[in-house]
Amino acid sequence: MDIFLQQIINGLVQGSIYALVALGYTMVYGIMGLINFAHGEVVMIGTLVTITVAGTLIKAGMPVALAALAGLTVSVLSCMALGWSLERIAYRPLRNAPRLTPLITAIGMSIVLQNLAMIVWGRNYMTFPPLLPKINFEFAGAHFTLIQVIIVLISGATMAGLLFLIYRTKLGMAMRATSQNPAVASLMGVNINRVIAAAFVIGSALGAVAGVMVGTYYEIAHYQMGFMLGLKAFTAAVLGGIGNLAGAMLGGVLLGIIEALGAGYIGDLTGGFLGSHYQDIFAFIVLIVVLMFKPSGLFGEKTGDRA
Amino acid sequence: MSKAMGEVLLEANAVAKHFGGVKALRDVSLTIRRGEVYGLIGPNGAGKTTFFNCMTGLYVPDGGGFMFNGTPLVADAPHQAAERGIARTFQNIRLFGNMTALENVMVGRHVRTKAGVVGAMLHTPATRNEEAAIRQRAIDLLHYVRIEDRAEDLAKNLSYGDQRRLEIARALATEPSLLCLDEPAAGMNATETEALRDLIEGIRRDGTTILLIEHDVKLVMGLCDRVAVLDYGALVIEDVPAVVQKDQRVIEAYLGA
Amino acid sequence: MMKWLSPRSALGIALITVALVALPFVAAMGGQAWVRILNFAILYAFLALGLNIVVGLAGLLDLGYIAFYAVGAYTWALLASPHFGLHWPIWAILPFGAALACIAGVVLGSPTLKLRGDYLAIVTLGFGEIVRIFMNNLNAPVNITNGAQGITLIDPVKFGDFSFSGTSQILGISLSGPQKYYYLLVALAILVIIVNERLQNSRIGRAWQAIREDEIAAKAIGINTRNLKLLAFAMGASFGGIAGGIFSAMQGFVSPESFSLIESIMILAMVVLGGMGHIPGVILGAVLLTVLPEVLRYAVGPVQTAIFGKVLVDPESLRMLIFGLALVLVMRFKPAGLWPSPERKRDLTVKPQEVAP
Repeated sequence: MDIFLQQIINGLVQGSIYALVALGYTMVYGIMGLINFAHGEVVMIGTLVTITVAGTLIKAGMPVALAALAGLTVSVLSCMALGWSLERIAYRPLRNAPRLTPLITAIGMSIVLQNLAMIVWGRNYMTFPPLLPKINFEFAGAHFTLIQVIIVLISGATMAGLLFLIYRTKLGMAMRATSQNPAVASLMGVNINRVIAAAFVIGSALGAVAGVMVGTYYEIAHYQMGFMLGLKAFTAAVLGGIGNLAGAMLGGVLLGIIEALGAGYIGDLTGGFLGSHYQDIFAFIVLIVVLMFKPSGLFGEKTGDRA
Repeated sequence: MSKAMGEVLLEANAVAKHFGGVKALRDVSLTIRRGEVYGLIGPNGAGKTTFFNCMTGLYVPDGGGFMFNGTPLVADAPHQAAERGIARTFQNIRLFGNMTALENVMVGRHVRTKAGVVGAMLHTPATRNEEAAIRQRAIDLLHYVRIEDRAEDLAKNLSYGDQRRLEIARALATEPSLLCLDEPAAGMNATETEALRDLIEGIRRDGTTILLIEHDVKLVMGLCDRVAVLDYGALVIEDVPAVVQKDQRVIEAYLGA
Repeated sequence: MMKWLSPRSALGIALITVALVALPFVAAMGGQAWVRILNFAILYAFLALGLNIVVGLAGLLDLGYIAFYAVGAYTWALLASPHFGLHWPIWAILPFGAALACIAGVVLGSPTLKLRGDYLAIVTLGFGEIVRIFMNNLNAPVNITNGAQGITLIDPVKFGDFSFSGTSQILGISLSGPQKYYYLLVALAILVIIVNERLQNSRIGRAWQAIREDEIAAKAIGINTRNLKLLAFAMGASFGGIAGGIFSAMQGFVSPESFSLIESIMILAMVVLGGMGHIPGVILGAVLLTVLPEVLRYAVGPVQTAIFGKVLVDPESLRMLIFGLALVLVMRFKPAGLWPSPERKRDLTVKPQEVAP
């Protein structure tokens, strides 16, 4: 029974990270119907920027807490700038282009960012500076760390902030209106360009927060780390029903937990035939099964065949 | 025509459909006879298009059913309706925008032709003959609806009126015994409506039964042999235009609400 | 619809034929490596044309296409290598591999039929990853795929005693292994071009395009969208399977690394960058995206040395950076691809007429 609780805790932590990244995908998709393949790279850049900033400051003798805060701030700001430029330079000119055109652009940008990162930070794994003290807790036989607790708390707070922004502010209302019907929203005086830019900027900020947490959690970072993380997060967004904020959050947490449980139990389930290195297939199998029964994801709006 | 004019072509028996709590169709029963132009009218939201969608298999009715040509219409697969001989147009035109007008009509021949992948890859004489016949028939149909000079244009670049005509030509390509037109005159000016009316009469003369959903009451009353009125999802009356026009309930449905 | 060729197009075809025949000898002057690159360009063109059936014609966004290539490649690798001690002949393996890929296509296709565009994309992507992960790990407890090490010593393509590996003398001309494969690949590519061309202008091809344009309208005129989508998946997958088999034989080695998601994405990029649904465009896309990174590989280092006197930036990442930028720029300035079909091109220059409400 302890392994069950243990895996739930691990899954919850991983899942909150997925959820934060998934929000970036789902916001952009909800507003402009684009799969922003480069979002995973934004997260990666967020992690690597933190390593540079916090690492340098710590080496220069700044207290760790301050350095961590500075790292996080610089990371969030640079990712916001990056998200804004991505939209402005790469995607905005393609608003009326054929459907697959922006997808290829996104893939191109993903390649560009990855290789830029490799040029700047090198091709080796980098160690993430220890930003949080290592404190262990035990609960009902399951172990967890302060880092894990903080990851879940920060994710929760960030998502609460996002929900407030979307449902309680004017910008949020404009964003919701645009995702319903861009043409009508713009007739009602919503500045579509601003709304789309905002979706990219906010999504990138969430991605940066996630990136810092990934780095703190695994204590390691690499220019290719964004790809698989982005893929899983996108899977989570689709699982929850892409374009749906709550769906992305729940989808992320669910995916994290399913993966953790899957990795913990696959050996027992298959009589030892499949080992834990099959962990990555759970995400996709669950996704396929869910979409077979709910073609618009768990919480997606049903888009009926309208004649 | 193998079957006699006037016999029953389509029969709706107590068709019901609801979306959540909204009853879009309440036990609607009506009969369409071979060779007639049958009008289906009613205020906005009366359930006309829902009826259409149930009949053509886009929606599965929650109650009741249809008999077509003497056998039940299994309304769960839209492509089977076309195979049985029911063709339709859409209220908000649905053409294959990035295909040419000619190709749009050629696709309409799909259910009446049979070349498969192997035939296409080997380019067998049978396939080539069929392909030539499809093309010829499509050209003829474009002539029939008088847009032959737009054959090579992409469907989405056609004018609104021509798009409506193209949609009718595509539906006719499936050789329907019942052609269902969903508000074909919507958004048309008087001249275009007049031309449309000529076209519909021509189609009827050539032996195709027509079900016409329309808002333009003048067009319906002038064109239809019989008219059914829906209101709040229920059938109010089904009769010849002269009777329907004078019916108190119809006047109320249109003016009272 | 056979028409007599005009003198101009006859001349064009003659010139293209001469160029195709001469190309491997020209490439060989730069070394056999260039002949191999050429071969890959053709192999990718073959793959891209297979994917074009699914994405370009039927409009089904498939991000897991490489899985079918993998199925074909592993089929050949397992049935013609010392791994299981099997050495089936080509006429048995190639159809078998194509059939297996085709079945995989139908298996993948059937649960996805109800899904719309982007949902379909992520499910096919997931399917591709599942296949790769299995190939990577099916070495224990029973060793089927030999895991990440892959399978080596795979038989080359052989017709009777004539092997495509090693140098042989034909009519007094000495042909290297890659050069022989080149001609085989060109023959296969011509075949797939003809198939694509014929399908596109057939009853089935038009039905696919109708589904791509408007699925509901397609159903309303009697198109069985379910069966036709499955057919598109099956056709595309079969081509992937054949290409995979040839890849396996040509390389003599396969490992899961060759079938990662980025490969699927590259093939999709070839289709879109070249001009979706337009056969010459797709071929151009495949050739460009195969050759460009290789040219960059050779050019980036020396150019840096020439300008700065030393290599400033790691050539490998710089070449991929330029490649990524090229993708972005082409899409920015040629949204319908480098060589779109004439109709699509016209469509982007002419504003569609305003449609009344």
